[in-house]
Amino acid sequence: MTTPSGIQARFRCTLGAFELDVDLDLPGTGLTALFGHSGCGKTTLLRCMAGLQAADGTMNVNGDEWQNEGERNGRPVHQRPLAYVFQETGLFPHLSVKQNLMYGYKRIPKSERQISLDQATKWLGLAHLLERMPKKLSGGERQRVAIARALLTSPRLLLMDEPLSALDQASKQEIMHYLETLRDNLAIPILYVSHSTTEVARLADHIVMMDKGQVVAEGPLQQIMARTDQPFGLEEDAGVIIDAVVSELDAQWHLCRADFAGGHLWLRADEGLAVGQTIRLQVLARDISLALSEQIDQSIQNLILATVDEVVADISPGTSMIRLLAGHTPFLSRLTTRALHTLAIEHGQQVWMQVKSVAIVD
Amino acid sequence: MDTYWEPVWLTLKLAGCTTAVLLIIGTPVAWWLARSRHWVRQPVAAIVALPLVLPPTVLGFYLLVLMGPKGMVGQLTEQLGLGLLPFTFQGLVIASVIYSLPFTVQPLQNAFGSINQQLLEVASTLRASPRDRFFSIVIPLARPGFLTAGVLTFAHTIGEFGVVLMIGGNIPGETKVLSVAIYDHVESLEYVQAHWLAAGMVAFSFIVLVVLYSLNGRLQSGLVK
Repeated sequence: MTTPSGIQARFRCTLGAFELDVDLDLPGTGLTALFGHSGCGKTTLLRCMAGLQAADGTMNVNGDEWQNEGERNGRPVHQRPLAYVFQETGLFPHLSVKQNLMYGYKRIPKSERQISLDQATKWLGLAHLLERMPKKLSGGERQRVAIARALLTSPRLLLMDEPLSALDQASKQEIMHYLETLRDNLAIPILYVSHSTTEVARLADHIVMMDKGQVVAEGPLQQIMARTDQPFGLEEDAGVIIDAVVSELDAQWHLCRADFAGGHLWLRADEGLAVGQTIRLQVLARDISLALSEQIDQSIQNLILATVDEVVADISPGTSMIRLLAGHTPFLSRLTTRALHTLAIEHGQQVWMQVKSVAIVD
Repeated sequence: MDTYWEPVWLTLKLAGCTTAVLLIIGTPVAWWLARSRHWVRQPVAAIVALPLVLPPTVLGFYLLVLMGPKGMVGQLTEQLGLGLLPFTFQGLVIASVIYSLPFTVQPLQNAFGSINQQLLEVASTLRASPRDRFFSIVIPLARPGFLTAGVLTFAHTIGEFGVVLMIGGNIPGETKVLSVAIYDHVESLEYVQAHWLAAGMVAFSFIVLVVLYSLNGRLQSGLVK
């Protein structure tokens, strides 16, 4: 018998008028975002997974059974090898930063300690804060301590419940940077609850969209973002996410070339970019216009040949959404319906995408 | 001189024993009252608070009846070979425990109730068992509550009179505590002795309260440091 890999989470519970009914198979690595409006049940789902909320269901993490079918509670929270980062940091006020960090570390068997205090403090930049009391920390510092404290239990699953929502913009940026480091350095799966599209676009590999206690869409981020039915709910900001590699830096024009499966894009060379680096790009649907032939006598430099994959009605009757494929990489373009008819664009046709703007999200 | 200090020593011993017993019994009761949402909670809270409103003589009277030879408790203790409890030091401790119960339970209940529940969830995700959480999170955070409970219980037991008189009588070295001794002195018109004891009580109570308030202030700011 093979051990099932990945995370199987199946839960059903009723809380007053709210009903959660979820059946998920999630990847056993990388960062999965649970996304949705407040009240959609994403936090409840996370609490069920942790065992903080009683619910009928099953919970398996990379072959380790935490809760079996028919059990209401499963293994008690303190016996599950997980870490949970709460929205409110929940630092113990009577313990110093170091004592907070050591709280979980001390409670796991020596043989299971894979992350050391030194490592965690280095990753989250806490070395100079160890002797402080939590009251003397800023919001961002508190959250970093909470994340490091969680990691020090060497968890097999990291659950994060909107860890950035209580922070100001500067702290958000700072912590997101730390989270990227963790995502890229840790082999453990991270489930990340968020209602922020920027956080999800920047951090997630996989995404679960929730609404009214149910999963409405689920899959790799790039696929979900490229769907014309826009389960992500971005509307005006609809656009695709592309993972690309920096292949060339142009010092004269301060540009850099980013290669992706099916083409390349030129974008402004921000500081710190290096050849060979993986970057995540976002191209909004409203920033792509289409032409039937290669238009070189105009200002837009990024021209990519693509095939029309799908044409659908958009959020307003005046516009339409077109899904295109450049190689295997999907793009979305928003055109006025009149332009669509004038150009007679239809499925299977080859067109030139004129990409007006590209943003580096990560 | 010995007979002069005897009531003082006895009173301190009674208050000490009562406080120790109450902190042990009162902690789980207060924890349950602070956490439970069961309907039984309200009646239990009322029973715990009863000694606050009942005249001590009422309490003492019922305890006397219960622990007497015809009472349920009295018959039980006799069968167990413990003899009868009224007019003994042990009987006095039991009566004091009941009489001072709210002074232990209520400060503890408030202290437990004001602890952020989320901290306990956090601790559970950091591998702390329920027992571990209680000792590593609840007790340290409720320290001001324990101090208040301990001091109030001790001071309140020292000041009890009605219950002692009903259940303990006036046996030197066994049940003759300070308040009874003062009453005795006044009865026999020994005002000087009564003054010494009474003034001592006033000074003691004052000092205890000052120490309590300043310690509590320090404890609270200690968390901020």
